[in-house]
Amino acid sequence: MTYTVRKPLRLIAVTALAGFITAASWASIVAADDDSIILQSTTSTLNSGLYDFLLPEFTAKTGITVNVVAVGTGQAIKNAVNGDGDVLLVHAKPAEEKFVADGFGVERFDVMYNDFIVVGLPSDPAGLREAKTATDALTRIAKADALFASRGDNSGTHKKEMSLWKSAGIDPTTASGEWYRETGSGMGATLNAAVGMGAYTMTDRATWISFKNKGDYIIVLEGDDALFNQYGITLVNPQKHPHVNVKAGQAFIDWILSDEGQAKIAAYTLDGQQLFFPNAGTK
Amino acid sequence: MQDFAESFAIAFTLVVQLDPDLMEIVGLSLKVSLSAVAVSALIGLPLGAALGMARFPGRSVFIVLVNALMGMPPVVVGLLVYLMLSNAGPFGWMRLLYSPGAMIIAQTILITPIIAALTRDIVERLHEEYADYFRSLGVSSAGCLGALLWDARYSLLTVGLAGFGRAIAEVGAVMIVGGNIDHLTRVMTTAIALETSKGDLALALALGVILLALALTVNASVMLLRGTAVRTAYA
Repeated sequence: MTYTVRKPLRLIAVTALAGFITAASWASIVAADDDSIILQSTTSTLNSGLYDFLLPEFTAKTGITVNVVAVGTGQAIKNAVNGDGDVLLVHAKPAEEKFVADGFGVERFDVMYNDFIVVGLPSDPAGLREAKTATDALTRIAKADALFASRGDNSGTHKKEMSLWKSAGIDPTTASGEWYRETGSGMGATLNAAVGMGAYTMTDRATWISFKNKGDYIIVLEGDDALFNQYGITLVNPQKHPHVNVKAGQAFIDWILSDEGQAKIAAYTLDGQQLFFPNAGTK
Repeated sequence: MQDFAESFAIAFTLVVQLDPDLMEIVGLSLKVSLSAVAVSALIGLPLGAALGMARFPGRSVFIVLVNALMGMPPVVVGLLVYLMLSNAGPFGWMRLLYSPGAMIIAQTILITPIIAALTRDIVERLHEEYADYFRSLGVSSAGCLGALLWDARYSLLTVGLAGFGRAIAEVGAVMIVGGNIDHLTRVMTTAIALETSKGDLALALALGVILLALALTVNASVMLLRGTAVRTAYA
């Protein structure tokens, strides 16, 4: 037999060493310092590349790092309610105002806007291109039993879509699993699914322009005022969550609402198209 | 399909150019998952070995439980860790959410049952062989545990690799507790999910190819080390 008492000791030594190495690297493992904030954000602003364009300039100017957590608006607000972020930048005004009214946010400011569009197959089976309004378009989809992919995830886009169905007087969820397909996932995943199954879907224009798996899809509905898409920014209330980095968070909000920040938003283009239109201060 | 050829071309270019963003993401993936394996080994090896040696009432229930936990969905683990580490949760004061530390914790919870369950199986068989021998020498329980783990070390390497494989491949847990923050908590799998959501399927698949190559490299290195160690041990 090869057993000696020393070998188990060696095993323990090796394991302890592994533990020590882990512990030593722990220092660089913990996040959050004075010079960084967590921005709970919607996905479109990240996926479109806007943050890659904006944030380096802000960081260079102030030394503040902005850590972006990009999830659907519903989840972003939920995370902010839990205090897991310093600043909230999303696009569902009623939900944001409720967030502030409930005491979780300090004050909400308009930042920028773009619009929602409906995309679909060029064959346009429900004839959306002849539709005059968004409600007309949705009515046509329901009448034709044409496939429609919904986010179904309580995101800003989903909230907007549901409000449009409501004003059309249709409850699409009764056809859930039939022509109405709720993906329960992000905009990109829903676009991938829609393109995959030949369904119509509603998306914000920024995500659509930057989306790379368009297939032969085209915009079949745009331009109705009801498709307006407003983005807002809110500081998480330090009275609810004392650890909120008020100084850095407020600096970011001030900058994005400033002439400089607003001009930077307007300057961001993709394929020659402006993706977001600044409108801070226009209450 | 054209996508596949394009993906391999992209993967090749990224690797050859040593793309700094890619290197950072690969580095963090390795750091998080290897740390998780190390911590899981510290917990899972002794736990699994003790479970393999000890006889106590309810032992089989405990074993079934540990075995079942091998099937824990990463997204559920992520959710649990989020609720624990959220500022609204009991451990919010640790300020760990959206940090690599949180990702290590989540992956550790995910793979500790795998390490413990597989270790239990290996040690139990060895213990049946050696139980009488240990008794004749009057070795203490702790001594037995150490000796059995040491004797099974080469098999346990494979156990570690199984845990590593699970950790490096999962996306559900690290996405929730890490937040996929650029230059902070973005790892290979969350980057793949992000590129997929951008519709850049070729780049997403390219990252997938690189992730596979990474797993292959780690496995090959461990096997090589093991081969050398075995030769040295029996030389």
